[in-house]
Amino acid sequence: MIIRSPAFQDRSCMSDPAPLSLHVPAPSVRPGDRPDFSGVHIPRAGTVPRPPVDVAPEEIRDHAYTIIRVLNRDAEAVGPWAGSLSDEEALQGLRDMMKVRVFDARMLMAQRQGKTSFYMQCLGEEAIACAFQKALAPGDMNFPTYRQQGLLIAGGYPLVDMMNQIFSNDADPLHGRQLPIMYSARSHGFFSISGNLGTQYVQAVGWAMASAIKGDTKIAAGWIGDGSTAESDFHAALVFASTYKAPVVLNIVNNQWAISTFQGIARGGAGTFAARGHGFGIPALRVDGNDYLAVHAVAKWAAERARRNLGPTLVEYVTYRVAAHSTSDDPSAYRPKTESDAWPLGDPIERLKNHLVARGVWSDARHAQYNAEVEAEVLAAQREAEGHGTLHSGGKPSVRDMFEGVYRDMPPHLVRQRRQAGV
Amino acid sequence: MTMIEAIRDAMAVAMTRDPNVVVFGEDVGYFGGVFRCTQGLQQKFGASRCFDTPINESGIVGTAIGMAAYGLRPCVEIQFADYVYPAYDQIVSEAARLRYRSNGDFTAPLTIRMPTGGGIFGGQTHSQSPEALFTHVAGLKTVVPSNPHDAKGLLIAAIEDDDPIIFLEPKRLYNGPFDGYHDRPVTPWSKHPLGEVPEGHFTVPLGQAVVRRPGTAVTVLAYGTMVHVAIAAAEATGIDAEVIDLRTLLPLDLDTIAASVTRTGRCVVVHEATLTSGFGAELAALVQETCFYSLEAPVGRVAGWDTPYPHAQEWDYFPGPARVGEALQAAMAG
Repeated sequence: MIIRSPAFQDRSCMSDPAPLSLHVPAPSVRPGDRPDFSGVHIPRAGTVPRPPVDVAPEEIRDHAYTIIRVLNRDAEAVGPWAGSLSDEEALQGLRDMMKVRVFDARMLMAQRQGKTSFYMQCLGEEAIACAFQKALAPGDMNFPTYRQQGLLIAGGYPLVDMMNQIFSNDADPLHGRQLPIMYSARSHGFFSISGNLGTQYVQAVGWAMASAIKGDTKIAAGWIGDGSTAESDFHAALVFASTYKAPVVLNIVNNQWAISTFQGIARGGAGTFAARGHGFGIPALRVDGNDYLAVHAVAKWAAERARRNLGPTLVEYVTYRVAAHSTSDDPSAYRPKTESDAWPLGDPIERLKNHLVARGVWSDARHAQYNAEVEAEVLAAQREAEGHGTLHSGGKPSVRDMFEGVYRDMPPHLVRQRRQAGV
Repeated sequence: MTMIEAIRDAMAVAMTRDPNVVVFGEDVGYFGGVFRCTQGLQQKFGASRCFDTPINESGIVGTAIGMAAYGLRPCVEIQFADYVYPAYDQIVSEAARLRYRSNGDFTAPLTIRMPTGGGIFGGQTHSQSPEALFTHVAGLKTVVPSNPHDAKGLLIAAIEDDDPIIFLEPKRLYNGPFDGYHDRPVTPWSKHPLGEVPEGHFTVPLGQAVVRRPGTAVTVLAYGTMVHVAIAAAEATGIDAEVIDLRTLLPLDLDTIAASVTRTGRCVVVHEATLTSGFGAELAALVQETCFYSLEAPVGRVAGWDTPYPHAQEWDYFPGPARVGEALQAAMAG
């Protein structure tokens, strides 16, 4: 995963330059190759200092080039970022992540069965959204991408409502207007998802500016993937967050892949995505995205910083997209099949489970039992949702509703078109 | 009042009545805008209600959408309509769709002001009329005032409206009405009845056209600067044209249009924007669908040529009273 530097020769005589060549970054391995993460430097858990929340950005520049980790190889929570959660809270985190994974698996199957047209898993990335949600307060607002379903599930949003949206049935909260998984849940601090990448990042900054304009105490969280940091709105968000010191946490989920494109294409010559914060004077942290405890500690730090009017924080979560990009994608066409097994930061559920087992508050038996319980819970929710219908059978949103909500009040031309449509 | 003063007054009125109204954009804060439309607002309402932004149109509109989702009513400025394109994704994909895609869970009550139109030797990037790029987008309302009275009333109505509004201000009309006779002295708004603007709060309802010059011979559909050009063309040709100032392009006041065309039996559509797929095409199609059996001539269109807006050829490009007059005569002959 290391970008090859273009050859550079110091030529004192410039009259005879070699022909120019275009540098196109490429991953170190492709299908059929042995997975290779030798270029990913993983510092030992507990070694990165935890600065005070009012630290000046320039004092923690190194934090953008390392990885904050709490759980070590022996499943112990170590170092200055440990201790942000009680055992009971960590157990809840484990249960949240397990629920997300079971939910994803069921919905993937539902898509294969034709009950919906489309689905996207967050396999391997469950810790990030689930832990982050627990660092927020009621009234705060996430501006998520399509891969933060953990925010909803950890936030207690009803599974059946998520499924109703996925099935576009007659109980779909969005009345069948949106592609599956493009949820919206204001009540749960979850902004309406858009298919257009990066747009929500700058909207999060605006929402945070509004909170500051009104003298409120609410904060916003923006979400973006590694690939989408290349979008113009990523830059716009950082400029505005920097200028107005907006109370926003700007999250980058670096799962190494943007569909088939490895993260080096978006990152270019930057050492890390977090390092992009430096040019904007925004403090930047890089964290082990598969370490629930580290994610929570960093999220809590950044949220507190925002809430105390100290300004924005950029956080890069280092993780790996284990599953296909979506149900329409086949990763074996562009990366080794076993690459996820070789990912050095492991699996977030296994790592937190091992920690809690080592602490004596969880066990393999309880894990298996809870997994069975959550399977039953998700299945029951699915049965209830299917009772309202699926994409091609059962109850559907009304055709009449297709014309509603374009504007607050229906203008004359839409009234005419609705009549033409026979509804 | 001039149109500039009327627009400034509208924002002051809206900001006074509703603490959730905020105004921002490039140079709109301390300096008061490159056209002076926001002069004094920062002094009066403070820098957290009226402020300067980085030069980033997507950032201006994107943050405004976030603010609107929070519950504010942003009224933001794009310095020239020609520079709105970097914000197009936020406008089309986000502001216009937010209510629909979230089933009303989130809304975007924001107003995006932008100076538009030519006739000022603005060349390619200070003269464009991009209204068709917005009327084509479901979820947006598009407004173009033609005088200070309407500018104030429509802008207050836009800020108070719960849907996203594109508010296009013909910059050629900022200081006085302009009928296309570029070689004649410009008259100030103080000499024009529509330069008389009421103090305090009033609105001109969105979606309502107005007959600016009653007539019996032919209906002219116009907005912005072309309203004044059309009236001048009617006077110059002696053709008793009924000039309708659309004011709001979407939602469109089709009833007023249909009533007029049904009566006159003839229709000419005029706009500064380029011809092909311009808003005039929609107007012509609607008139044809709605008034076909009343029409005694083909619906005519006078528009900017299908070229980028040139500099030296300003008055060969701008659809002035001579070209509009020819179209009126053609409609009468047809």
